[in-house]
Amino acid sequence: MSSDATDRVAKPLASLALVNAAGWGKGFSILTRITVMAFRHPWQSSFAIGATLVASTFQLMIPRLLGQAVDHTQVALTGGNAGQMAQDALLTTALLLLGASVLRGIFTLIQNYYSEAVGHHMGYRLRLACYEKIQRLSFSFHDSMHSGDLITVGLLDLEGVRMYFSTALVRMVLLTMLIGIGAYMLISTDVVLGLLALSFVPFVGWRSSVTQLRLRATWLDLQERLSVLTRVMEENLGGIRVVRAFAAQEHEMDKFEVASQSAVTLAHQRVGIRVANTSAMTLSFFAAMGLVLWVGGTKVMAGQMTVGTLTSFLTFMTILQMPVRQLGLMVNAFARASTCGARLFELLDLDIAIKDGKNASELKVTDGTLRFENVNFAYPSAAKNQVLTGVTFEAKRGETIGIVGPPGSGKSTLAHLIPRFYDVSGGRITIDGQDIRTATLQSLRRSVGVVQQDSFLFTTTIENNIAYGDPWAKEARIERASESAQLHNYVLGLPTGYETVVGERGVSLSGGQRQRLSIARALMLRPAVMVFDDSTAAIDAGTEQRIRSAMRKYAAERVTLIVAHRLSSLMHADRILFMEDGRIVESGTHEELLALGGRYKALYDLQVRPGDDILSA
Amino acid sequence: MAEELETERADVREDGRRPPRAVVGSHRIEEEIFGKVFDSNIIKRIWTFVEPYRTKIYWAVAAVLSFTAMQLLIPLIIRYAIDHGMQQGSADWHVLTWSIVVFLVAIIINFGASYLQEMLVGGVAEDVLFDIRKAMFSHLQRVSLSWMDKTEVGRLMSRLQGDVNSMQEFLETSVLSVGDIALLFGIVFVMLYLDFKLGLLTLCALPVLFVVRLFWLPRARKSFMAAHETNSIANGALAEAIHGVRAVQSMDRERVNFMLYDDKAHANLRTHLTAAKYAQVMVPIVDSLTGLAMALVIVVGGSRVLNQALDVGVMVAFLFYIQRFFDPIRSLTLQYSVMQRAMASGQRLTEVLDVPVDIQDAPNAKVLSPDMDGSVEFKDVVFGYNPKHPVLKHVSFKVNPGETVALVGPTGSGKSSCMSLIHRFYEVQGGQVLVGGHDVRDLTQDSLGRQIAMVLQEPFLFTGTVFDNIRYHKTDATREEVIEAAKTVGAHDFIMRMPGGYDGILGQRGGNLSLGQRQLISFARALVADAKILVLDEATANIDSYTEMLIQKALVKLLEGRTGLVIAHRLATIREADRIIVLQNGELIESGNHTELMRNRKLYSKLYNLNYASFDDIPEDVLDEAVTTGQAT
Ligand SMILES: Nc1ncnc2c1ncn2[C@@H]1O[C@H](COP(=O)(O)OP(=O)(O)OP(=O)(O)O)[C@@H](O)[C@H]1O
Ligand SMILES: Nc1ncnc2c1ncn2[C@@H]1O[C@H](COP(=O)(O)OP(=O)(O)OP(=O)(O)O)[C@@H](O)[C@H]1O
Ligand SMILES: [Mg+2]
Ligand SMILES: [Mg+2]
Repeated sequence: MSSDATDRVAKPLASLALVNAAGWGKGFSILTRITVMAFRHPWQSSFAIGATLVASTFQLMIPRLLGQAVDHTQVALTGGNAGQMAQDALLTTALLLLGASVLRGIFTLIQNYYSEAVGHHMGYRLRLACYEKIQRLSFSFHDSMHSGDLITVGLLDLEGVRMYFSTALVRMVLLTMLIGIGAYMLISTDVVLGLLALSFVPFVGWRSSVTQLRLRATWLDLQERLSVLTRVMEENLGGIRVVRAFAAQEHEMDKFEVASQSAVTLAHQRVGIRVANTSAMTLSFFAAMGLVLWVGGTKVMAGQMTVGTLTSFLTFMTILQMPVRQLGLMVNAFARASTCGARLFELLDLDIAIKDGKNASELKVTDGTLRFENVNFAYPSAAKNQVLTGVTFEAKRGETIGIVGPPGSGKSTLAHLIPRFYDVSGGRITIDGQDIRTATLQSLRRSVGVVQQDSFLFTTTIENNIAYGDPWAKEARIERASESAQLHNYVLGLPTGYETVVGERGVSLSGGQRQRLSIARALMLRPAVMVFDDSTAAIDAGTEQRIRSAMRKYAAERVTLIVAHRLSSLMHADRILFMEDGRIVESGTHEELLALGGRYKALYDLQVRPGDDILSA
Repeated sequence: MAEELETERADVREDGRRPPRAVVGSHRIEEEIFGKVFDSNIIKRIWTFVEPYRTKIYWAVAAVLSFTAMQLLIPLIIRYAIDHGMQQGSADWHVLTWSIVVFLVAIIINFGASYLQEMLVGGVAEDVLFDIRKAMFSHLQRVSLSWMDKTEVGRLMSRLQGDVNSMQEFLETSVLSVGDIALLFGIVFVMLYLDFKLGLLTLCALPVLFVVRLFWLPRARKSFMAAHETNSIANGALAEAIHGVRAVQSMDRERVNFMLYDDKAHANLRTHLTAAKYAQVMVPIVDSLTGLAMALVIVVGGSRVLNQALDVGVMVAFLFYIQRFFDPIRSLTLQYSVMQRAMASGQRLTEVLDVPVDIQDAPNAKVLSPDMDGSVEFKDVVFGYNPKHPVLKHVSFKVNPGETVALVGPTGSGKSSCMSLIHRFYEVQGGQVLVGGHDVRDLTQDSLGRQIAMVLQEPFLFTGTVFDNIRYHKTDATREEVIEAAKTVGAHDFIMRMPGGYDGILGQRGGNLSLGQRQLISFARALVADAKILVLDEATANIDSYTEMLIQKALVKLLEGRTGLVIAHRLATIREADRIIVLQNGELIESGNHTELMRNRKLYSKLYNLNYASFDDIPEDVLDEAVTTGQAT
């Protein structure tokens, strides 16, 4: 890899560290954590906040100036000179007003731009952290989490957190400024009128905190219901063949309808809560304005106040009208950020169950010997079900081990323990004497290749799929891997050859073609241990023999584990393990096992001898 | 050849200059169609969804208009109160009191209107959102599989969610825009009415704004487009990482992927920052114009007030209006990008809604009755996923009622495709497929589906309980029937061992089961469906022969009177079939029972022998022959 590449590889850690650093003190509220994260972009966030302060000051000057202007027009025209002076004063005020407006505009620009910029930078960091976390979280996590829910966290929840700075925090600063300074100015001008003008503030404060709580609660609930809906839709589309095969469209529509109704009902409720809140806030605002008008009018009539002062009171209130309406949005943004943040941070704070140990070292492959020593295992999600019990065997470089057994006997599980997709619950697995838990994950996984039983193909070209484990590979090498997997001829027959896109999860391929593609993909690696987990089940015997013959040299340089149900696939193995209920119940060569006359022999007879006796039995 | 594979690897590693093959997010370059801001066709389509709620919409518009009227009225009341109610030292409380009363009425109307408007608009927008989604979802239930094969679930999901959401946003804003436009015109009107000259003077600011927008628009649009596009690419990449995480980890791709993703995320950041710049640059311009207009009113209006040519109240009202005047302009600018996004979304939604349903029930389609004989016949069938490259070439065979027929052949020879045709997942290009003596094109798809139960090569299970999965769709199946089916396929024992037993929850795609167990459940599901024809596509490929034998034994009774079609690569599985059909390269090359075919000494007997010969015993030429005939697909 180029140095540039290595630099960038260092980044995941850096960005994770940044996000995590913001997480000090679990007890601290989520909002604090997001705020701290925002201020990790010190320049942009101070620009944003600073500009907000300046912009709101200018904004507050405007009503003052307008009031002055009105007052200037009220000067009694005693002499010609006074008229001229009033004109000049008007001109000055107008210029000041123009200046204030321009400056307010410019600072609002800065405020908005930088608060968005902070949001986008946070979003960028969070995206990377989230991506990295998701990639690293171990299989058991992904087993327990529906992919749709995970996508929701990575997209929607992240968005909610990203928007926090601009839609909640900066807006709050702006509002506090407008109301705070405004309050000071108003009260210093006229205590009674000032208090009246601000009388709506406590009401609005109370309403919005109540609403925030309710919105927050329903937001969580809504997310939950929407994710059920998402799941229904996603599984329907993913399993479309099953749906069609059973003519279950109506059934699926019913499922959809139920999920959809439950979400829409709640969505309506939420609209209600939100609207009631905004309307009430606007009403209280206007009521305060009415009070000002009334009391102010009385004062003007009593000669205690000028029309200009009253105008500036009223103008001030119009300026507040927008922010007050926005207050509803702000409340929503706070509610959203705290719920989204809770879910996002829960993901980001998760402990990765399987990672490098404290002083992990590179795995050093010398003889290439794999050993299972009394391995026990149970899946974390079903800890009571012991899946593997006391599994012990050894395989040397060049050896092929065959594994057979009924469904659920633990063959795939055994295969998944070698690259540490899961950690053993008891015993240990070693490669050349090193416990695999003491090796770095990277070196381990490079030394162990697994063709998974239901392998995942990416929606991309055949070439990209084959080269997935070695994205720098040359075409010639890709073609050779594909030849060994007996895929090359098929690919050449395609109109677009290796550039053909295989469709989602490889739908446009036949079952056997999918399996051969995953074999080709594995052949690009150069592991010390190679596992084929039932990866020729959909391939006919002829093609399979051909694959094996092509791989003979390949197999000579590593340990090969073959899980298969067709005995012809593994009868040539150096040793065959028969698994049942998580234990190795028979082990030996083909001949030894036949001589033993146990379960393996029964299986062999079933496959070889005509089965009249079986069916008529 | 494997040896060469390895020696080369080292030096390839060294030249890191070459960028890695990117997979991350590469498959989801959204064909962004940022169409016109206003596309009447799309509006029409959307209107069909809004139509059912039109009374509500009318009410909402009425509410918006009265809300706007109140917004206009309130400054007028203030003006009136100032001009007529507040003479210093006057004792005429009348005017002031009345003004206050009118003001009160106005704000109550304002409250009611705004409540009504937002309730209605918000509610209708939610309803329409769900209606559109439902229409799309139900359409997707009928769209042909050949279209679905080409379309990713993720992309459809983003149609069903993201695009539908931006339509909702659009609906909400468009009603509000009505209010904004009304407010704009109202203000212009009132200002001109209050004082024509001063009004004209104020409006001078407008043309400037339009000229500026003329320059701004195309650039801003481009930047918004770029932002949207990079966003969907980054999102696609994340979704891919989530779905393929097991492959990623097993091939140690995390670092490369992170690097590639960083590129996408960074591009996303960059384009968003640019877009933010363009979105915000209008703010100071609008603000300056507001300031300019107010300054003009102060200088010109103010001196007229000094000369007693204008009431001070009018001037105050003007100042109020000017501030309100630019609000709608500002929000219309914002709504512009919402509109634009909505049009693009609308376009994508209509695209989905307009996908032709190629495979439909014929107008006089018959219902396939459960009493039909259960025969299946292929008559000279020609079929290809791409019509230019046929996968099945003139295939003819007949499965008689009650018979069990096996399909064998090398991988990719078209076995699964045959099965799909029986079910009419795809339309044949030539010949006919008959079920129960009827061309499948003359039958309703629903009744066809009910008479054919399939175990697909890929066992797909739904998130939910084991029980619900086995009785999938046949919701009236009893627990006994379900348990019976599970026992038949030998799944009962492991189900009982699962936490929760039959009510235990299966993870996504049945991830907490072994593949063989998943296959057994999908097998049981087909049995519960209780159909006349049973299609087993590699139903026992991932199951050991012993378990398979038990299943076959149990099936004997079940299969009585039913037709069975079985595909298997493990030939022992199908040795007992009444007839075996051998496909190769999409052509039927031989058929007969096991003994006959073995005597034939053609492809079947070769494949059969390969199944059992020890690896080293086969001479290379035999292998070559079998393989070249076998897999030239
Ligand atoms: N959905 C599809 N779109 C395009 N081509 C397809 C699609 N499904 C299968 N094919 C192609 O059609 C041919 C026949 O595929 P089919 O699945 O019928 O083979 P098969 O006999 O079932 O093979 P296998 O034993 O490997 O499952 C293959 O070359 C395959 O690539
Ligand atoms: N992710 C998981 N979480 C919980 N239990 C699991 C998980 N995966 C498998 N199991 C259970 O562990 C047991 C062993 O499964 P495994 O996949 O190893 O079987 P297998 O021998 O590979 O079977 P098959 O031949 O069907 O592939 C089974 O009982 C299965 O239900
Ligand atoms: Mg398995
Ligand atoms: Mg197939």
